[in-house]
Amino acid sequence: MARMKFLCDAERCIACNGCTTACKNENEVPWGVNRRRVVTVNDGVPGAEKSISVACMHCSDAPCMAVCPVDCFYHTENGVVLHDKDLCIGCGYCFYACPFGAPQFPQAGAFGLRGKMDKCTFCAGGPEPDRSEAEFEKYGRNRLAEGKLPLCAEMCSTKALLAGDGDVIADIYRQRVTVRGKGSEVWGWSTAYGPPPAKPAAGSKS
Amino acid sequence: MSARLAVAVVAALCLVALAGCGERPQTAGVNKQGKYQGKPDTLPWDDAPLAYGSAKWTQGDKASWEDAIKTRTLNQNEYVHIGQ
Repeated sequence: MARMKFLCDAERCIACNGCTTACKNENEVPWGVNRRRVVTVNDGVPGAEKSISVACMHCSDAPCMAVCPVDCFYHTENGVVLHDKDLCIGCGYCFYACPFGAPQFPQAGAFGLRGKMDKCTFCAGGPEPDRSEAEFEKYGRNRLAEGKLPLCAEMCSTKALLAGDGDVIADIYRQRVTVRGKGSEVWGWSTAYGPPPAKPAAGSKS
Repeated sequence: MSARLAVAVVAALCLVALAGCGERPQTAGVNKQGKYQGKPDTLPWDDAPLAYGSAKWTQGDKASWEDAIKTRTLNQNEYVHIGQ
């Protein structure tokens, strides 16, 4: 049985935010809501700067599901965490429970009124008839029902973001790590500028 | 007299305390705490493949849908592209 997961390779992500843009466009996500975003750590530090694309990780034991007071979350057979917006009361508990900040709330009014929760659906829609207008308006496109994968991963230019069955994408990642090795060659200094110059012998004048 | 009153008060307090044990769940309808309460969702393999889509599977056949998705997933491996 497939268990759908995302995997982001921090060595490859160039923080282009193409995944964020693709998600917003494909699902017509409302203003102020980002289902996916790119986080950069050690910004500007050569060699130490890393970026990673973050959205709902579709946890196997999802904390959002555990804390929801109206039990609007469910796991699909593929392990995707989805929710019913007709039940959601916009309380925000899931936002506090989620370690990835995945649940988002549209600002529905002028006084900080929260709308119903919105989050990444792994492009799997929600509990409305598949590929229907109602499903698209509430949850976005159902690409899994079209035999496709989430657009954020499918259009990632460096293939840093992988999506699909956890076992399959883990195999892809494992092969990648084995081929590229580790150390400076991952960062690409030697590839771009050639090997470092040989150090002068000890005792010689420079 | 005061002893009787004390016994009566204690008995009344016990009854009040016991009443808490008989509390019924105050949920409407068929709500079951901890269980999904929303509408049932459909399964992706129960849909027909798109006429113009590249992924093909037999409608209702989960295994063929998973094969189609796996093929699509493996397309993300550019080492496979290089080998082709």
